[in-house]
Amino acid sequence: MKYQSQSVAKAYFYCAMALFGIQVLGGLLAGWIYVSPNTLSEIVPFNVIRMIHTNALIVWLLLGFFGAAYFLVPEESERELYSVKLAYLQLIILMVGTLGAVGSYLVGIHGGREFLEQPLWVKFGILVAAVIFLFNISMTVLAGRKTAITNVLLMGLWLLCLLWVFAFINPDNLSLDKMYWWMVIHLWVEATWELVMAAILGYLMLKLTGVDREVVEKWLYVIVATALFSGILGTGHHFYWIGTPGYWQWIGSIFSTFEVIPFFLMMSFAFVMVWKGRKNHPNKAALLWSLGSSTVAFFGAGVWGFLHTLHGVNFYSHGTQITAAHGHLAFYGAYVALNLAIFTYAMPMLRGRDPYNQVLNMASFWLMTGGMTFMTFVLTFAGTIQTHMQRVLGENYMDVQDSLSLFYLMRFGAGAAVVVGALLFIYSLVVVRKREVIQPGPAQPGPAQSVAGE
Amino acid sequence: MAEILTKTRARNIFYGGSIFFVVVFIALTAQSHRHIVKTSTAGMPLTEQVALGKHVWEKNSCINCHTLHGEGAYFAPEIGNVMTRWGVADDPETAYEILDGWMQAQPSGIEGRRQMPHFEITEEEMRALSEFLRWADQTDTQGWPPNDAG
Repeated sequence: MKYQSQSVAKAYFYCAMALFGIQVLGGLLAGWIYVSPNTLSEIVPFNVIRMIHTNALIVWLLLGFFGAAYFLVPEESERELYSVKLAYLQLIILMVGTLGAVGSYLVGIHGGREFLEQPLWVKFGILVAAVIFLFNISMTVLAGRKTAITNVLLMGLWLLCLLWVFAFINPDNLSLDKMYWWMVIHLWVEATWELVMAAILGYLMLKLTGVDREVVEKWLYVIVATALFSGILGTGHHFYWIGTPGYWQWIGSIFSTFEVIPFFLMMSFAFVMVWKGRKNHPNKAALLWSLGSSTVAFFGAGVWGFLHTLHGVNFYSHGTQITAAHGHLAFYGAYVALNLAIFTYAMPMLRGRDPYNQVLNMASFWLMTGGMTFMTFVLTFAGTIQTHMQRVLGENYMDVQDSLSLFYLMRFGAGAAVVVGALLFIYSLVVVRKREVIQPGPAQPGPAQSVAGE
Repeated sequence: MAEILTKTRARNIFYGGSIFFVVVFIALTAQSHRHIVKTSTAGMPLTEQVALGKHVWEKNSCINCHTLHGEGAYFAPEIGNVMTRWGVADDPETAYEILDGWMQAQPSGIEGRRQMPHFEITEEEMRALSEFLRWADQTDTQGWPPNDAG
């Protein structure tokens, strides 16, 4: 760690991991309710648990992004953060808002637009926090060295904060409401967040593989170009059946097919950089998470997204367990795993230690990734059966659901593996074990030298 | 990557292309906005009662169990065509009575069956919710869902 102010990221990562724990436990409980529907039904109904599951996810991913920005921007800009105090103030606002939102969900106070259920005061809190963040990080970047990584990262973060304005726009007309709702939801996860993801991945590749910055940055611009060229009009795949015009069926089908490309490029980028790079970085766990993230993102967001994005297919599969399968693997691969990659990379430095507990950390990768993959397959099968029985044969929703119970039982098992993996991950970063379990191998001959802790 | 694609060129393509697609997207969004208001949701007036019904829908976070036009949680049935499924899309009074009867009967308490919570909803709100669901049902959703099962 070269700059003192980078240590702000530590607080962000701790808070993010705490919410990660809440998120997966909420998810496990929701998965259990599918198996045993009377659980807690009159105390904490399913809809409240699901709000906690999704909201905790969104906030911890954002905290991870903010923390990652505070960690990597000083190094990229070659100067201290503009204000450490503002960064902590921003974190306090976000945590008070999030815990306040969870508390108010539990007592039944919430909005009713999916993922944007936060009470108005929390939404304003998020807005204030976003403004503080943008000011703080932009002042840092403007005063220092500008790189493609900070350019793309800032562009992604600026745009995602600006799009938050649509969280306040809720027309009485349901179809308009849905159309503008997607301006936050889709343009976050399939456009601006991809910019943030690509920038963080680029930074990790730069550090972990020692490949020349020019090469990394050229890849980065190509990746984000394909992300926005496909992702912006790709919004059309949400505009098939909500009252929007019919032409979106073609625009959405064509452009969202191209949405596979940026994820394919990110995966190729990560592997090509590792092959080209001569650095034998001691933090193998961070490398595993980086490669794993880009790979799972390609399958979860890219392949599983394409599976049901063409309007002829989506007509039958829309809003079934197919969507749930895609949603889980896409979020896990693209955003969860990427955040865990930067946590794994940064935490040992933030805590002033060489990489430690790598075996436990890597075991947690395989547990979580294996669990998530199994869950995705199970839900895909469930969704296929559901689509056929309900959408083709026209059988009653609840009758169809009853015939899927075996899949929901297996999904719960997969979820349990993910939860164990998540807790193991948190343990491996939070609890210090001094002894290295695996000795780093010898560096390959080449110009770049391996520097522990860089 | 080919030498002809320098970092600067890649960056310029990124910025230029993104601006182009943003402009196209804004234009199409504006057209879609007009289409929604004037055509696809024009089958039934958007009254204050319908707006109140949407508020009731939101206040009780129905979307986190049900789907509405296919969006939401997948824990409970599709609601966008529920009035058609009940055969009361054109009958406000019966629609209200069936909805009210259903909601009052929850939770069913049946072991092993998904439970819908009991919601404290006044008669005025229940009538509004019913009208909101009828309003949503008449939206031109390009023929979706494929059948009444939703």
